[in-house]
Amino acid sequence: MAHDTPPRWDRKMQQRLVRGEAAALGELYDRFASLVYGLAYRVLDEEGAASAVTREVFARVWEHPDAYRPKDGPLRSWLAALTRQEAVHSLRVRHEADGGPPEELEQRVRVASAAARADYIVTAMPYTLRAALELAHRGRRTYPEAARDLGVTDAEARRRLRLGLQLLSTATPLLPPGPADPAGPAGSTGPAGTAGPEVRS
Amino acid sequence: MSGPPLPGGDVGPDGAAEPPRIPPQRSSADGHGAEPRTTPHRDPLQPAGRQPPADLLPTPGPEAAEYDHGTLKSLLGAWALSACPAGEAIAVEAHLTDCAACAEEALRLRDAVGLLRREESLDLDPRLRSRVLAGCLDRRPPRIPVPEWAGPYDAQTARLDALLRDMGGSEWGARVRLRWFDGRRPQTRTATVAEVVGHLTAMDGLVAGALGLPDPLAVPADPAVVARTEAYWRQMAEQSPPAVREPWRTQTHTLVQAAAFAVGRTEDLVVPGAGLPLADAFLDRAFECWVHAADIAEAVDYPHEQPTPAHLRLLVDLAARMLPAALADRRRSGLAAPARTLTAAGAPGRSLHLEIEGAGGGDWYIPLDSPGAVGCEHRTVAHVALDGLEFCQLAAGHVAPDDAAAGAVGDREAVHDVLLATASLSRM
Repeated sequence: MAHDTPPRWDRKMQQRLVRGEAAALGELYDRFASLVYGLAYRVLDEEGAASAVTREVFARVWEHPDAYRPKDGPLRSWLAALTRQEAVHSLRVRHEADGGPPEELEQRVRVASAAARADYIVTAMPYTLRAALELAHRGRRTYPEAARDLGVTDAEARRRLRLGLQLLSTATPLLPPGPADPAGPAGSTGPAGTAGPEVRS
Repeated sequence: MSGPPLPGGDVGPDGAAEPPRIPPQRSSADGHGAEPRTTPHRDPLQPAGRQPPADLLPTPGPEAAEYDHGTLKSLLGAWALSACPAGEAIAVEAHLTDCAACAEEALRLRDAVGLLRREESLDLDPRLRSRVLAGCLDRRPPRIPVPEWAGPYDAQTARLDALLRDMGGSEWGARVRLRWFDGRRPQTRTATVAEVVGHLTAMDGLVAGALGLPDPLAVPADPAVVARTEAYWRQMAEQSPPAVREPWRTQTHTLVQAAAFAVGRTEDLVVPGAGLPLADAFLDRAFECWVHAADIAEAVDYPHEQPTPAHLRLLVDLAARMLPAALADRRRSGLAAPARTLTAAGAPGRSLHLEIEGAGGGDWYIPLDSPGAVGCEHRTVAHVALDGLEFCQLAAGHVAPDDAAAGAVGDREAVHDVLLATASLSRM
């Protein structure tokens, strides 16, 4: 499946949302709900909280569709950034309500943000890389076995595994400094790393 | 700190502020090195999995020399994932003690592995969709709403799409048993999941045509169900089965969008095939989508939920409204008893009280002698009580009319004719 929608699709979607077309909202949900919910769940590790974040993210987009600026990048990346912010915000609120120590919160926020960023990178990476990673990681195949499953040479399987992990490793160094992690609207902040590496192979 | 056991916990407290650290050169004895780690982990340079612990590995022998730097570097991803055959893993590890650049990359990739999610992505609860959308529309009322009559189609197509998304590649070839009642007797036909989706695409295409949208059929075909469906099956024969999903889904989205803009001229638009006005045609297609999604779910052994009560009621209402014409059709074919009385169009006629129980239920009065007559309570000659889902199963041709007759009183002929007419609403 295509993971990034074409820029034209993004622009058209935004125009339809601005126009107040409920059908466009349904389409937006159908296209991105699993991304939004998955990222929220990765940060919050709880279904109810992830659903609440999903509701909030779509409501924010529907209420302020012009906060997204197509020239800044794909709608998908923008939604992922918005989701991370909402999820981290929710994590903070929950943590503070529980009276947990602040140092622990910052640590959790960093870990959760990196995890969510990594998830996003995995979903946004080309299918060929993702499939190789899944075979080796969850499928526990050696790379020559993965190469056979994928119908490619051993060298190509090695290349895909290494490149996939290289993309993934960008999730860590791009962590925003903890205290500045914005809990507010996403539009203006657009963390540099949100788009993840958009490569084609 | 007490690091939460989140996956991907290998983020040092130093965070992003510091440049990538160079791991200490590794020897088989240096254990964890000096790096503070936030979650318990093995030696960062020792992948978990298929290799024996480092101290059990033989010292790198001459075979390590068989690999040049480029090859060893290309192995780093596989090594970090513990996906190297044992001999190569040993060679990589030997190399890491000599090459700082590769050691640095190895550690970085190893940390990246810790960020990979272990389980499959979560299945999204299909019920979340309506809750999320309703919440949005409360906060900002739409200027161009989805018409009420397109709501069930929007919801049912989303449900089927969620089912298809969760299916594995091999399940697209699963055999689905289609059942319907041809007016005289039950019929069955088997088709693959992909063919059922193709069937929906082909028949939705009639609605698309009525709205001035492109027909999915490359070659025009008769609007009859079998002709259109088989024409589309021929067309999709060259595609991989899962490739059927995209054109189906795109068309469903386009149809919902077009429905929203067709408000106000729906009366003039009659969809060929079933010959229904646009609003009813959308309800009819929602019903078909639900029935076939349930057929698919049964074939691949997945759960599939029924429509919400509000949507179910719209679908039951459509079937109830179609009954007088279906009765007249059967009468013309000699399959139903002749009319008992002549009723002027628009006048109250002999009626059957259809009482639908449960979610989406209500009362309908079906005129028995003419589609032009008006059903009414005071001329009721029979009463049929059915559960809403049972009624839909009957209208889908999934239960035999005689088996659905629970709770019927009054004129037996009228009851029999109405139940058969309900079943004959079904199609492939």
